[in-house]
Amino acid sequence: MALFDEKTKEQLRQVLSQMINPINIHFWTQEIECPTCQMNRQFLDEFVSLTDKIKLFVHDFVNEKDVAEKYGIDKIPAILITDEKESILGIRFFGIPAGYEINSFISACLEVSGAKQKIEDDIEKRIKNINKKIHIQVFVTLTCPYCPSAVATAHKLAMENPNVISDMIESSTFTPLAIKYNVSSVPKIVINDKLEFVGAQPINILLENIEKL
Amino acid sequence: MNFNFQFPVIEQIEKRTKAIEENTIYDVIIIGGGPSALTAAVYCLRKGVKTALITKEFGGQITETATIENYMGYKYIEGNTLAQKFKEQVEQFELSLAYNTVVEKVINDKIKKIYCSDGKVYLSRSIIISTGKRWKTLNVVGEKELVGKGVAYCAICDAPLFKDKTVLVVGGGNSAVEAAIDLCKIAKKVILVQNLEKYTADKILLDKLNEFNNFETLFSHTVSKINGKNFVESVELHDLKNDRIFNIEVQGVFIEIGLIPNSEAFEGVVALNQYKEIIVDCACKTSAEGIFAAGDVTSVPYKQIIIAAGEGAKAALSACEYILSNKKE
Repeated sequence: MALFDEKTKEQLRQVLSQMINPINIHFWTQEIECPTCQMNRQFLDEFVSLTDKIKLFVHDFVNEKDVAEKYGIDKIPAILITDEKESILGIRFFGIPAGYEINSFISACLEVSGAKQKIEDDIEKRIKNINKKIHIQVFVTLTCPYCPSAVATAHKLAMENPNVISDMIESSTFTPLAIKYNVSSVPKIVINDKLEFVGAQPINILLENIEKL
Repeated sequence: MNFNFQFPVIEQIEKRTKAIEENTIYDVIIIGGGPSALTAAVYCLRKGVKTALITKEFGGQITETATIENYMGYKYIEGNTLAQKFKEQVEQFELSLAYNTVVEKVINDKIKKIYCSDGKVYLSRSIIISTGKRWKTLNVVGEKELVGKGVAYCAICDAPLFKDKTVLVVGGGNSAVEAAIDLCKIAKKVILVQNLEKYTADKILLDKLNEFNNFETLFSHTVSKINGKNFVESVELHDLKNDRIFNIEVQGVFIEIGLIPNSEAFEGVVALNQYKEIIVDCACKTSAEGIFAAGDVTSVPYKQIIIAAGEGAKAALSACEYILSNKKE
């Protein structure tokens, strides 16, 4: 059964028509797919069929270990978005970006394609100035209306600076990870395993804290 | 599978909004970003008065409402989608905008001064206050310390994280019962704690709650303390009828006890009622000349999107009339 109904497909087609350059989506699953992997793959198959600007690459996490390593993928289901030159931008989704999270997924596709939301010049400069490795993990649930903006903000930082890697982590799919980080309210943002925030934060607050690290 | 689109597909309108300026005297400055503020903005801009808007974010409380089924013109619309539509309607005008900042103080003179959290000061002949309401906190020991560690304020967001756990929901109104329903589907057990002797929620919601058998309700009880080190472990409850204090073990506490008006910055400038709402007359005038108010922050009964929007229109027309009659002088 299709995940997207006709109305949803039409909405998505229209939103995706704003994409400028082609992008690539890499997806990691394994030979015997986990239940969420299967659904995640179907989601992506249907999603990319709505535009000619996205190419989907499906990788096997177990049998192609070198590919996963090359892209820095350590768990599945995983999605990584790259631009047409295959630049690894650090924009990753662990778990299916359905429910409210479809919004951060669409944002990421648009941004990587070049259809960028404008940000203030000084914010852009501060993002470019981040000179250490930053790993942002944003824990979400698919029923959380505040989560997509937290994810999109983290991805914006990754997009503008190669030192930043930002992950959406769907808490119900990655329960042990959510337990490890004591996630009981979402969005929960963890930076370099050192800083924690509950709730979506404005980009300048994230920057302030990253600059202090 | 559900997909909750937050940005609807609407024809792309060129944004004409611009940044607010510090030394300009505006005719109207609107404070807030919800339905009443945005409606007021559209009315002021169509009247052609020099208008600015100061807000932390767009949409206000509707962005926290999953679906809306009582805003005329839409049989069903997602809260975020309606917020986006409001925003886009405003952005087609030359509105001066201060975003991501909060008004901290207002000085009421002929030319009013508005002090913001980022240190900036803006000037205007009139003000429309549409700052809405926010969720109330319990103010008990342990609440603040355990936010994000079991204390939660958004049941739809966080319910999936409490699978097979015992959770407490504080409150007995619509939001508390809705939270309890969301949690009953996932948690092992839900305990509702209501300070009154009965629910204040609508019957339709109570019927839905009663379909579950994994909840119990403690009426005439209050929460006096939330205990836990790294995570919520238990709560201390006060049985009001028997004046008894006791502890129960829970892993989560959802606080759903209603809203308070965002009127602190205007205390002493405009008259407030006992609920700290700004008192307005039927033309949205406050006790201070040239200051108007609209929406949930005011004393107007029934907090509804359609009422807030209507009040925003009224406040805008009152403010415009005030500006015109003052300019003539």
